[in-house]
Amino acid sequence: MAIAIHAKNIVKKFKKNKKIVTALKGIDIDIYEGEIYGLLGPNGSGKSTFIRIASTLLFPDEGEIEIFDHDVRKHPKYVQEIMNRVSVEASFFRKLSAYENLFYSAGIHGISKKEAFNKIESLIDKVGLDRKRLKDPLEDFSRGMQQKVAIARAFMTDPKILLLDEPTTGLDPRAKKDVQKLILDLRARTKATILLTTHDMNEAEKLCDRVSIIHNGRIMITGHPQELKRKLVNKISNPTFEDVFIEFTGLSFEDAEYGKSSKEVVSA
Amino acid sequence: MSVKPLARELRASLAFIERNFNLTKRYWKWEVVFFLYTIANSITMGFIGKGVEAFSGTPVDTNYLILYMLIGSILWGYLSILFEIVAETVAWERWEETIEYTFMAPVRRSTHLLSTCGYAILYGLLRSVVILGIVSFFFDLNLAGANFISAVGILFVASFSFIGLGVVAAILPLISPEKGVQVVHIFQALLLMFSGVYYEIDVLPVWMQNVAKLSPATYALRGMRASILEGQNFSSQWSNIWPLILMGAVLLPAGLKIFSIMEKWAKRKGVLKRSG
Repeated sequence: MAIAIHAKNIVKKFKKNKKIVTALKGIDIDIYEGEIYGLLGPNGSGKSTFIRIASTLLFPDEGEIEIFDHDVRKHPKYVQEIMNRVSVEASFFRKLSAYENLFYSAGIHGISKKEAFNKIESLIDKVGLDRKRLKDPLEDFSRGMQQKVAIARAFMTDPKILLLDEPTTGLDPRAKKDVQKLILDLRARTKATILLTTHDMNEAEKLCDRVSIIHNGRIMITGHPQELKRKLVNKISNPTFEDVFIEFTGLSFEDAEYGKSSKEVVSA
Repeated sequence: MSVKPLARELRASLAFIERNFNLTKRYWKWEVVFFLYTIANSITMGFIGKGVEAFSGTPVDTNYLILYMLIGSILWGYLSILFEIVAETVAWERWEETIEYTFMAPVRRSTHLLSTCGYAILYGLLRSVVILGIVSFFFDLNLAGANFISAVGILFVASFSFIGLGVVAAILPLISPEKGVQVVHIFQALLLMFSGVYYEIDVLPVWMQNVAKLSPATYALRGMRASILEGQNFSSQWSNIWPLILMGAVLLPAGLKIFSIMEKWAKRKGVLKRSG
Protein backbone atom coordinates (compact mmCIF):
# COMPACT_ATOMS: atom_id res chain seq x y z
CA MET A 1 0.00 0.00 0.00
CA ALA A 2 1.31 3.47 -0.92
CA ILE A 3 2.40 5.86 1.78
CA ALA A 4 0.25 8.99 1.66
CA ILE A 5 1.99 11.00 4.39
CA HIS A 6 5.59 10.37 5.35
CA ALA A 7 7.08 12.46 8.14
CA LYS A 8 10.60 11.93 9.43
CA ASN A 9 12.18 13.57 12.46
CA ILE A 10 9.93 16.66 12.39
CA VAL A 11 11.08 19.26 14.89
CA LYS A 12 9.27 22.56 15.41
CA LYS A 13 10.18 25.25 17.89
CA PHE A 14 8.35 28.49 18.66
CA LYS A 15 9.46 31.57 20.50
CA LYS A 16 6.89 32.48 23.13
CA ASN A 17 7.47 35.23 25.71
CA LYS A 18 11.20 35.21 24.95
CA LYS A 19 11.37 31.45 25.65
CA ILE A 20 11.88 28.73 23.08
CA VAL A 21 9.10 26.14 23.23
CA THR A 22 9.65 22.89 21.34
CA ALA A 23 6.24 21.85 20.03
CA LEU A 24 7.42 18.81 18.07
CA LYS A 25 10.50 16.86 19.16
CA GLY A 26 11.26 14.55 16.25
CA ILE A 27 8.02 13.14 14.90
CA ASP A 28 8.14 10.07 12.65
CA ILE A 29 4.83 9.10 11.03
CA ASP A 30 3.90 6.98 8.01
CA ILE A 31 0.24 7.08 7.00
CA TYR A 32 -0.95 4.67 4.34
CA GLU A 33 -3.25 5.61 1.49
CA GLY A 34 -6.90 5.12 2.41
CA GLU A 35 -6.46 4.76 6.15
CA ILE A 36 -7.93 6.82 8.96
CA TYR A 37 -5.01 7.68 11.18
CA GLY A 38 -5.57 9.19 14.58
CA LEU A 39 -3.22 11.53 16.38
CA LEU A 40 -4.42 11.35 19.95
CA GLY A 41 -3.16 13.72 22.57
CA PRO A 42 -4.10 16.40 25.08
CA ASN A 43 -4.17 20.13 24.32
CA GLY A 44 -0.71 21.46 23.57
CA SER A 45 0.72 18.05 22.68
CA GLY A 46 1.64 19.15 19.13
CA LYS A 47 -1.28 17.72 17.12
CA SER A 48 -2.32 20.96 15.42
CA THR A 49 1.30 21.95 14.81
CA PHE A 50 1.79 18.71 12.90
CA ILE A 51 -1.43 19.31 10.92
CA ARG A 52 -0.25 22.83 9.99
CA ILE A 53 3.10 21.49 8.82
CA ALA A 54 1.38 18.85 6.69
CA SER A 55 -0.94 21.46 5.19
CA THR A 56 1.87 23.84 4.05
CA LEU A 57 0.99 26.49 6.65
CA LEU A 58 4.04 26.01 8.80
CA PHE A 59 7.63 25.02 7.99
CA PRO A 60 9.41 22.51 10.24
CA ASP A 61 12.77 23.53 11.72
CA GLU A 62 14.16 20.06 11.10
CA GLY A 63 13.06 16.91 9.33
CA GLU A 64 11.12 16.21 6.19
CA ILE A 65 7.49 15.63 5.33
CA GLU A 66 6.22 14.21 2.05
CA ILE A 67 2.73 13.81 0.66
CA PHE A 68 2.65 11.04 -1.96
CA ASP A 69 6.43 11.42 -2.36
CA HIS A 70 6.21 15.20 -2.85
CA ASP A 71 8.11 17.34 -0.36
CA VAL A 72 5.58 19.68 1.26
CA ARG A 73 7.98 22.66 1.27
CA LYS A 74 9.22 22.17 -2.28
CA HIS A 75 5.88 21.32 -3.88
CA PRO A 76 3.21 23.19 -1.87
CA LYS A 77 0.90 23.61 -4.87
CA TYR A 78 0.74 19.85 -5.48
CA VAL A 79 -0.06 19.26 -1.82
CA GLN A 80 -2.66 22.04 -1.72
CA GLU A 81 -4.44 20.63 -4.77
CA ILE A 82 -5.00 17.19 -3.25
CA MET A 83 -5.56 18.20 0.37
CA ASN A 84 -8.24 19.86 2.44
CA ARG A 85 -8.76 20.46 6.10
CA VAL A 86 -11.48 20.79 8.71
CA SER A 87 -10.32 22.45 11.89
CA VAL A 88 -11.71 22.92 15.36
CA GLU A 89 -12.75 26.49 14.49
CA ALA A 90 -15.14 26.48 11.56
CA SER A 91 -13.15 29.38 9.97
CA PHE A 92 -15.74 31.03 7.76
CA PHE A 93 -16.56 34.55 6.76
CA ARG A 94 -19.18 34.89 9.46
CA LYS A 95 -21.39 37.43 7.70
CA LEU A 96 -21.43 35.50 4.43
CA SER A 97 -23.99 32.79 3.80
CA ALA A 98 -23.17 29.10 3.57
CA TYR A 99 -23.59 29.34 -0.22
CA GLU A 100 -21.28 32.35 -0.48
CA ASN A 101 -18.63 30.67 1.65
CA LEU A 102 -18.86 27.42 -0.30
CA PHE A 103 -18.70 29.17 -3.70
CA TYR A 104 -15.70 31.18 -2.52
CA SER A 105 -13.92 28.04 -1.38
CA ALA A 106 -14.75 26.27 -4.66
CA GLY A 107 -13.45 29.26 -6.64
CA ILE A 108 -10.08 29.43 -4.90
CA HIS A 109 -9.69 25.71 -5.53
CA GLY A 110 -10.25 26.36 -9.24
CA ILE A 111 -13.72 24.78 -9.39
CA SER A 112 -16.17 26.41 -11.82
CA LYS A 113 -19.46 27.88 -10.57
CA LYS A 114 -21.51 25.20 -12.34
CA GLU A 115 -19.43 22.35 -10.97
CA ALA A 116 -19.50 23.92 -7.50
CA PHE A 117 -23.27 24.23 -7.62
CA ASN A 118 -23.64 20.56 -8.59
CA LYS A 119 -21.25 19.50 -5.85
CA ILE A 120 -23.06 21.56 -3.22
CA GLU A 121 -26.40 20.10 -4.34
CA SER A 122 -25.04 16.57 -4.05
CA LEU A 123 -23.56 17.25 -0.62
CA ILE A 124 -26.55 18.93 1.01
CA ASP A 125 -28.32 15.69 1.91
CA LYS A 126 -25.16 13.66 2.48
CA VAL A 127 -23.85 16.15 5.01
CA GLY A 128 -27.26 16.87 6.48
CA LEU A 129 -27.49 20.56 5.72
CA ASP A 130 -30.78 22.42 5.86
CA ARG A 131 -31.37 23.63 2.29
CA LYS A 132 -33.62 26.48 3.47
CA ARG A 133 -30.83 27.99 5.55
CA LEU A 134 -28.04 28.02 3.00
CA LYS A 135 -28.58 31.70 2.25
CA ASP A 136 -28.38 32.68 5.92
CA PRO A 137 -25.15 34.15 7.38
CA LEU A 138 -22.93 31.48 8.92
CA GLU A 139 -22.85 33.41 12.21
CA ASP A 140 -26.52 32.44 12.69
CA PHE A 141 -25.71 28.71 12.47
CA SER A 142 -25.13 26.44 15.46
CA ARG A 143 -21.59 25.07 15.97
CA GLY A 144 -22.73 21.67 14.74
CA MET A 145 -24.24 23.12 11.55
CA GLN A 146 -21.15 25.27 10.95
CA GLN A 147 -19.00 22.17 11.24
CA LYS A 148 -21.21 20.35 8.71
CA VAL A 149 -20.71 23.25 6.28
CA ALA A 150 -16.96 23.02 6.96
CA ILE A 151 -17.09 19.32 6.12
CA ALA A 152 -19.07 20.04 2.94
CA ARG A 153 -16.44 22.64 2.04
CA ALA A 154 -13.69 20.07 2.43
CA PHE A 155 -15.56 17.27 0.60
CA MET A 156 -16.36 19.62 -2.30
CA THR A 157 -12.74 19.54 -3.51
CA ASP A 158 -12.63 15.70 -3.47
CA PRO A 159 -9.43 15.66 -1.42
CA LYS A 160 -7.12 12.66 -1.60
CA ILE A 161 -5.94 13.67 1.85
CA LEU A 162 -8.23 15.11 4.48
CA LEU A 163 -6.84 16.65 7.64
CA LEU A 164 -9.38 16.73 10.43
CA ASP A 165 -8.10 18.82 13.30
CA GLU A 166 -10.39 18.10 16.25
CA PRO A 167 -13.51 18.32 14.06
CA THR A 168 -15.88 17.28 16.85
CA THR A 169 -14.51 19.36 19.73
CA GLY A 170 -17.23 21.48 21.29
CA LEU A 171 -20.09 19.75 19.47
CA ASP A 172 -23.13 18.39 21.25
CA PRO A 173 -23.36 14.56 21.35
CA ARG A 174 -25.78 14.35 18.43
CA ALA A 175 -23.76 16.67 16.16
CA LYS A 176 -20.63 14.77 17.18
CA LYS A 177 -22.20 11.49 16.14
CA ASP A 178 -23.30 13.00 12.82
CA VAL A 179 -19.81 14.27 12.06
CA GLN A 180 -18.25 10.92 12.97
CA LYS A 181 -20.70 9.17 10.65
CA LEU A 182 -19.76 11.56 7.84
CA ILE A 183 -16.09 10.72 8.28
CA LEU A 184 -16.80 7.00 8.04
CA ASP A 185 -19.11 7.55 5.04
CA LEU A 186 -16.41 9.51 3.24
CA ARG A 187 -13.91 6.74 3.76
CA ALA A 188 -16.44 4.17 2.56
CA ARG A 189 -17.20 6.19 -0.61
CA THR A 190 -13.70 7.35 -1.54
CA LYS A 191 -10.14 6.23 -0.99
CA ALA A 192 -9.33 9.43 0.89
CA THR A 193 -6.58 9.23 3.46
CA ILE A 194 -7.72 10.84 6.69
CA LEU A 195 -5.52 12.22 9.43
CA LEU A 196 -7.68 12.89 12.46
CA THR A 197 -6.45 14.68 15.55
CA THR A 198 -8.55 14.34 18.63
CA HIS A 199 -8.41 14.29 22.38
CA ASP A 200 -11.48 12.10 22.51
CA MET A 201 -10.27 8.57 23.14
CA ASN A 202 -13.59 6.94 22.26
CA GLU A 203 -13.60 8.79 18.96
CA ALA A 204 -10.08 7.64 18.15
CA GLU A 205 -10.99 4.05 18.97
CA LYS A 206 -14.21 4.20 16.97
CA LEU A 207 -12.89 5.84 13.79
CA CYS A 208 -9.21 5.10 13.39
CA ASP A 209 -7.41 2.22 11.74
CA ARG A 210 -4.24 3.20 13.54
CA VAL A 211 -3.55 5.64 16.32
CA SER A 212 -0.47 7.44 17.58
CA ILE A 213 -0.46 8.82 21.09
CA ILE A 214 1.35 12.14 21.07
CA HIS A 215 2.47 13.82 24.27
CA ASN A 216 4.77 16.82 24.77
CA GLY A 217 5.69 16.80 21.08
CA ARG A 218 6.70 13.12 20.99
CA ILE A 219 4.98 10.05 19.60
CA MET A 220 4.74 7.66 22.55
CA ILE A 221 3.22 4.64 20.78
CA THR A 222 1.57 3.75 17.47
CA GLY A 223 -0.74 0.89 16.61
CA HIS A 224 -4.25 -0.35 15.97
CA PRO A 225 -6.50 0.68 18.90
CA GLN A 226 -7.32 -2.95 19.76
CA GLU A 227 -3.69 -3.96 19.42
CA LEU A 228 -2.65 -1.21 21.85
CA LYS A 229 -5.21 -2.38 24.37
CA ARG A 230 -4.04 -5.99 23.95
CA LYS A 231 -0.57 -4.91 25.06
CA LEU A 232 -2.05 -4.32 28.53
CA VAL A 233 -4.08 -7.50 29.02
CA ASN A 234 -1.38 -9.03 31.21
CA LYS A 235 -1.45 -5.98 33.49
CA ILE A 236 -5.12 -4.92 33.52
CA SER A 237 -8.31 -6.82 32.87
CA ASN A 238 -10.47 -5.21 30.15
CA PRO A 239 -8.09 -2.31 29.53
CA THR A 240 -9.56 0.90 28.14
CA PHE A 241 -7.93 3.44 25.87
CA GLU A 242 -7.44 5.63 28.94
CA ASP A 243 -5.33 2.80 30.41
CA VAL A 244 -3.31 2.74 27.19
CA PHE A 245 -2.67 6.46 27.54
CA ILE A 246 -1.57 6.11 31.18
CA GLU A 247 0.69 3.17 30.35
CA PHE A 248 2.60 5.00 27.63
CA THR A 249 2.69 8.55 29.00
CA GLY A 250 2.75 7.94 32.75
CA LEU A 251 -0.17 10.34 33.13
CA SER A 252 -3.92 10.20 33.06
CA PHE A 253 -5.39 12.09 30.12
CA GLU A 254 -6.80 14.71 32.49
CA ASP A 255 -3.40 15.35 34.12
CA ALA A 256 -1.80 15.59 30.69
CA GLU A 257 -4.45 18.16 29.66
CA TYR A 258 -3.42 20.36 32.59
CA GLY A 259 0.24 20.02 31.67
CA LYS A 260 1.42 18.00 34.69
CA SER A 261 4.59 15.95 34.34
CA SER A 262 4.69 12.28 35.34
CA LYS A 263 7.09 13.20 38.22
CA GLU A 264 4.56 15.66 39.65
CA VAL A 265 1.83 13.02 39.52
CA VAL A 266 4.02 10.38 41.22
CA SER A 267 5.05 12.74 44.04
CA ALA A 268 1.43 13.79 44.60
CA MET B 1 0.94 28.81 -18.03
CA SER B 2 -1.24 26.28 -19.91
CA VAL B 3 -5.00 26.75 -20.31
CA LYS B 4 -6.10 24.58 -17.37
CA PRO B 5 -3.95 26.25 -14.71
CA LEU B 6 -4.82 29.65 -16.21
CA ALA B 7 -8.53 28.84 -15.96
CA ARG B 8 -8.03 27.80 -12.34
CA GLU B 9 -6.26 31.07 -11.52
CA LEU B 10 -9.00 33.07 -13.27
CA ARG B 11 -11.71 31.26 -11.30
CA ALA B 12 -9.79 31.95 -8.12
CA SER B 13 -9.42 35.59 -9.10
CA LEU B 14 -13.16 35.95 -9.68
CA ALA B 15 -13.82 34.19 -6.37
CA PHE B 16 -11.68 36.75 -4.48
CA ILE B 17 -13.40 39.69 -6.20
CA GLU B 18 -16.88 38.24 -5.66
CA ARG B 19 -16.12 37.44 -2.02
CA ASN B 20 -15.02 41.02 -1.38
CA PHE B 21 -18.17 42.44 -2.97
CA ASN B 22 -20.24 40.00 -0.89
CA LEU B 23 -18.44 41.17 2.24
CA THR B 24 -19.07 44.82 1.30
CA LYS B 25 -22.75 43.98 0.87
CA ARG B 26 -22.98 42.15 4.19
CA TYR B 27 -21.07 44.84 6.11
CA TRP B 28 -23.24 47.55 4.53
CA LYS B 29 -23.69 49.46 7.80
CA TRP B 30 -19.94 50.01 8.06
CA GLU B 31 -19.90 51.06 4.42
CA VAL B 32 -22.63 53.64 5.04
CA VAL B 33 -20.71 55.09 8.00
CA PHE B 34 -17.42 55.42 6.08
CA PHE B 35 -19.24 56.71 3.01
CA LEU B 36 -21.02 59.46 4.97
CA TYR B 37 -17.76 60.38 6.66
CA THR B 38 -15.98 60.70 3.29
CA ILE B 39 -18.82 62.78 1.82
CA ALA B 40 -18.85 65.11 4.84
CA ASN B 41 -15.07 65.42 4.59
CA SER B 42 -15.18 66.22 0.87
CA ILE B 43 -17.94 68.80 1.29
CA THR B 44 -16.00 70.40 4.17
CA MET B 45 -12.91 70.66 1.97
CA GLY B 46 -15.03 72.27 -0.75
CA PHE B 47 -16.37 74.86 1.69
CA ILE B 48 -12.85 75.59 2.95
CA GLY B 49 -12.01 76.46 -0.66
CA LYS B 50 -15.14 78.60 -0.90
CA GLY B 51 -14.39 80.37 2.37
CA VAL B 52 -10.82 81.43 1.54
CA GLU B 53 -11.91 84.67 -0.12
CA ALA B 54 -13.78 85.85 2.97
CA PHE B 55 -10.96 84.65 5.18
CA SER B 56 -8.12 86.34 3.26
CA GLY B 57 -10.06 89.47 2.29
CA THR B 58 -8.59 89.42 -1.23
CA PRO B 59 -10.38 88.29 -4.42
CA VAL B 60 -9.50 84.71 -5.43
CA ASP B 61 -10.71 82.27 -8.09
CA THR B 62 -13.23 80.47 -5.88
CA ASN B 63 -14.19 77.87 -8.49
CA TYR B 64 -10.50 76.94 -8.84
CA LEU B 65 -10.05 76.68 -5.10
CA ILE B 66 -13.18 74.57 -4.54
CA LEU B 67 -12.14 72.20 -7.31
CA TYR B 68 -8.56 72.12 -6.01
CA MET B 69 -9.74 70.99 -2.58
CA LEU B 70 -12.35 68.58 -3.95
CA ILE B 71 -9.86 66.90 -6.27
CA GLY B 72 -7.54 66.44 -3.30
CA SER B 73 -10.31 65.03 -1.14
CA ILE B 74 -11.90 62.70 -3.71
CA LEU B 75 -8.63 61.45 -5.16
CA TRP B 76 -7.24 60.87 -1.69
CA GLY B 77 -10.46 58.99 -0.86
CA TYR B 78 -9.92 56.74 -3.91
CA LEU B 79 -6.23 56.17 -3.30
CA SER B 80 -6.66 55.49 0.39
CA ILE B 81 -9.46 52.98 -0.27
CA LEU B 82 -7.19 51.23 -2.76
CA PHE B 83 -4.28 51.29 -0.34
CA GLU B 84 -6.32 50.22 2.69
CA ILE B 85 -8.09 47.29 1.01
CA VAL B 86 -4.86 45.86 -0.34
CA ALA B 87 -2.80 46.61 2.76
CA GLU B 88 -5.39 45.08 5.09
CA THR B 89 -5.94 41.89 3.06
CA VAL B 90 -4.04 39.79 5.56
CA ALA B 91 -5.33 41.64 8.63
CA TRP B 92 -8.94 41.20 7.50
CA GLU B 93 -8.58 37.47 6.91
CA ARG B 94 -6.82 37.08 10.22
CA TRP B 95 -9.70 38.86 11.94
CA GLU B 96 -12.24 36.63 10.17
CA GLU B 97 -10.06 33.60 11.08
CA THR B 98 -10.08 32.42 7.47
CA ILE B 99 -6.44 33.15 6.74
CA GLU B 100 -5.26 29.55 6.98
CA TYR B 101 -7.92 28.38 4.52
CA THR B 102 -7.03 31.05 2.00
CA PHE B 103 -3.30 30.45 2.38
CA MET B 104 -3.60 26.69 1.95
CA ALA B 105 -5.66 27.00 -1.23
CA PRO B 106 -3.85 26.01 -4.45
CA VAL B 107 -3.72 29.55 -5.79
CA ARG B 108 -0.76 31.79 -6.57
CA ARG B 109 -0.23 34.55 -4.05
CA SER B 110 0.04 37.03 -6.94
CA THR B 111 -3.47 35.98 -8.07
CA HIS B 112 -4.74 36.43 -4.51
CA LEU B 113 -3.21 39.89 -4.06
CA LEU B 114 -3.84 41.22 -7.57
CA SER B 115 -7.47 40.09 -7.45
CA THR B 116 -7.88 41.99 -4.20
CA CYS B 117 -6.40 44.97 -6.04
CA GLY B 118 -8.89 44.46 -8.87
CA TYR B 119 -11.75 44.61 -6.40
CA ALA B 120 -10.21 47.68 -4.74
CA ILE B 121 -10.03 49.53 -8.07
CA LEU B 122 -13.63 48.67 -9.01
CA TYR B 123 -14.96 49.55 -5.57
CA GLY B 124 -12.82 52.69 -5.27
CA LEU B 125 -13.94 54.01 -8.67
CA LEU B 126 -17.61 53.29 -7.98
CA ARG B 127 -17.38 55.04 -4.63
CA SER B 128 -15.54 58.07 -6.03
CA VAL B 129 -18.08 58.56 -8.83
CA VAL B 130 -20.98 58.47 -6.34
CA ILE B 131 -19.16 60.89 -4.01
CA LEU B 132 -18.44 63.27 -6.90
CA GLY B 133 -22.12 63.14 -7.90
CA ILE B 134 -23.31 63.94 -4.37
CA VAL B 135 -20.72 66.65 -3.72
CA SER B 136 -21.52 68.42 -7.02
CA PHE B 137 -25.01 69.20 -5.61
CA PHE B 138 -23.41 71.45 -3.00
CA PHE B 139 -21.22 73.51 -5.31
CA ASP B 140 -21.72 75.29 -8.61
CA LEU B 141 -18.74 73.63 -10.28
CA ASN B 142 -17.46 74.90 -13.62
CA LEU B 143 -15.84 71.90 -15.33
CA ALA B 144 -16.01 73.32 -18.86
CA GLY B 145 -12.21 73.33 -19.29
CA ALA B 146 -11.55 69.95 -17.65
CA ASN B 147 -9.86 67.17 -19.63
CA PHE B 148 -11.53 64.05 -18.22
CA ILE B 149 -9.79 61.63 -20.56
CA SER B 150 -6.44 62.85 -19.31
CA ALA B 151 -7.70 62.61 -15.70
CA VAL B 152 -8.79 58.98 -16.21
CA GLY B 153 -5.39 58.21 -17.75
CA ILE B 154 -3.58 59.66 -14.72
CA LEU B 155 -5.88 57.72 -12.38
CA PHE B 156 -5.17 54.50 -14.29
CA VAL B 157 -1.39 54.93 -14.16
CA ALA B 158 -1.44 56.06 -10.52
CA SER B 159 -3.45 52.99 -9.49
CA PHE B 160 -0.52 50.65 -10.29
CA SER B 161 1.92 52.48 -8.06
CA PHE B 162 -0.64 52.68 -5.27
CA ILE B 163 -1.41 48.97 -5.58
CA GLY B 164 2.35 48.33 -5.39
CA LEU B 165 2.56 50.45 -2.28
CA GLY B 166 -0.46 48.61 -0.85
CA VAL B 167 1.13 45.18 -1.48
CA VAL B 168 4.31 46.37 0.25
CA ALA B 169 2.20 47.62 3.17
CA ALA B 170 0.25 44.31 3.30
CA ILE B 171 3.50 42.70 4.45
CA LEU B 172 3.33 44.56 7.77
CA PRO B 173 0.18 42.81 9.11
CA LEU B 174 1.62 39.53 7.77
CA ILE B 175 4.77 39.75 9.87
CA SER B 176 3.27 41.52 12.87
CA PRO B 177 -0.25 40.33 13.73
CA GLU B 178 -0.55 42.77 16.64
CA LYS B 179 1.02 45.99 15.35
CA GLY B 180 1.04 45.64 11.56
CA VAL B 181 -2.27 47.40 10.88
CA GLN B 182 -1.40 50.34 13.12
CA VAL B 183 1.87 50.81 11.25
CA VAL B 184 -0.06 50.77 7.95
CA HIS B 185 -2.25 53.60 9.27
CA ILE B 186 0.83 55.61 10.31
CA PHE B 187 2.26 55.07 6.82
CA GLN B 188 -1.02 56.27 5.28
CA ALA B 189 -1.06 59.41 7.47
CA LEU B 190 2.51 60.22 6.37
CA LEU B 191 1.50 59.85 2.73
CA LEU B 192 -1.34 62.31 3.31
CA MET B 193 1.02 64.81 4.94
CA PHE B 194 3.83 64.60 2.40
CA SER B 195 1.89 64.25 -0.86
CA GLY B 196 0.20 67.65 -1.14
CA VAL B 197 -3.38 66.43 -0.92
CA TYR B 198 -4.72 69.85 0.14
CA TYR B 199 -1.74 72.07 -0.70
CA GLU B 200 1.12 72.37 -3.16
CA ILE B 201 4.21 70.58 -1.91
CA ASP B 202 6.16 73.85 -2.50
CA VAL B 203 4.83 75.10 0.85
CA LEU B 204 6.64 72.27 2.67
CA PRO B 205 10.17 72.61 4.08
CA VAL B 206 12.80 71.51 1.57
CA TRP B 207 13.48 68.15 3.26
CA MET B 208 9.77 67.37 3.19
CA GLN B 209 9.59 68.33 -0.49
CA ASN B 210 12.35 65.80 -1.16
CA VAL B 211 10.39 63.09 0.65
CA ALA B 212 7.24 64.11 -1.27
CA LYS B 213 9.03 63.29 -4.53
CA LEU B 214 9.07 59.63 -3.45
CA SER B 215 5.29 59.45 -3.04
CA PRO B 216 3.17 58.40 -6.03
CA ALA B 217 0.30 60.44 -4.59
CA THR B 218 2.27 63.63 -5.24
CA TYR B 219 2.34 62.96 -9.01
CA ALA B 220 -1.20 61.60 -9.10
CA LEU B 221 -2.58 64.73 -7.46
CA ARG B 222 -0.52 67.05 -9.66
CA GLY B 223 -1.64 65.19 -12.76
CA MET B 224 -5.31 65.17 -11.80
CA ARG B 225 -5.25 68.88 -11.01
CA ALA B 226 -3.45 69.70 -14.26
CA SER B 227 -6.08 67.67 -16.18
CA ILE B 228 -9.18 69.04 -14.46
CA LEU B 229 -8.18 72.56 -13.48
CA GLU B 230 -5.99 73.41 -16.45
CA GLY B 231 -7.36 70.99 -19.06
CA GLN B 232 -3.91 69.59 -19.86
CA ASN B 233 -3.56 66.57 -22.16
CA PHE B 234 -2.30 63.25 -20.88
CA SER B 235 0.62 63.41 -23.33
CA SER B 236 1.73 66.81 -22.04
CA GLN B 237 2.11 65.51 -18.50
CA TRP B 238 5.13 63.28 -18.94
CA SER B 239 6.77 64.79 -15.84
CA ASN B 240 3.90 63.36 -13.74
CA ILE B 241 3.45 60.15 -15.73
CA TRP B 242 6.97 58.70 -15.79
CA PRO B 243 7.45 58.76 -12.00
CA LEU B 244 4.08 56.97 -11.64
CA ILE B 245 5.03 54.35 -14.24
CA LEU B 246 8.46 53.90 -12.67
CA MET B 247 7.05 53.56 -9.15
CA GLY B 248 4.36 51.12 -10.36
CA ALA B 249 6.97 49.07 -12.25
CA VAL B 250 9.21 48.87 -9.19
CA LEU B 251 6.72 48.71 -6.33
CA LEU B 252 4.29 46.12 -7.74
CA PRO B 253 6.76 43.30 -8.58
CA ALA B 254 8.92 44.20 -5.58
CA GLY B 255 5.85 44.13 -3.32
CA LEU B 256 4.82 40.68 -4.61
CA LYS B 257 8.37 39.34 -4.24
CA ILE B 258 8.82 40.71 -0.72
CA PHE B 259 5.38 39.40 0.24
CA SER B 260 6.37 35.93 -0.96
CA ILE B 261 9.63 36.07 1.04
CA MET B 262 7.84 37.27 4.15
CA GLU B 263 5.10 34.64 3.76
CA LYS B 264 7.83 32.00 4.00
CA TRP B 265 9.23 33.81 7.03
CA ALA B 266 5.75 33.84 8.63
CA LYS B 267 5.44 30.10 7.97
CA ARG B 268 8.79 29.49 9.62
CA LYS B 269 7.92 31.60 12.66
CA GLY B 270 4.30 30.42 12.87
CA VAL B 271 2.71 33.89 12.82
CA LEU B 272 0.16 33.35 10.04
CA LYS B 273 -2.54 32.82 12.60
CA ARG B 274 -3.30 35.54 15.14
CA SER B 275 -2.60 33.25 18.08
CA GLY B 276 0.59 32.02 16.36
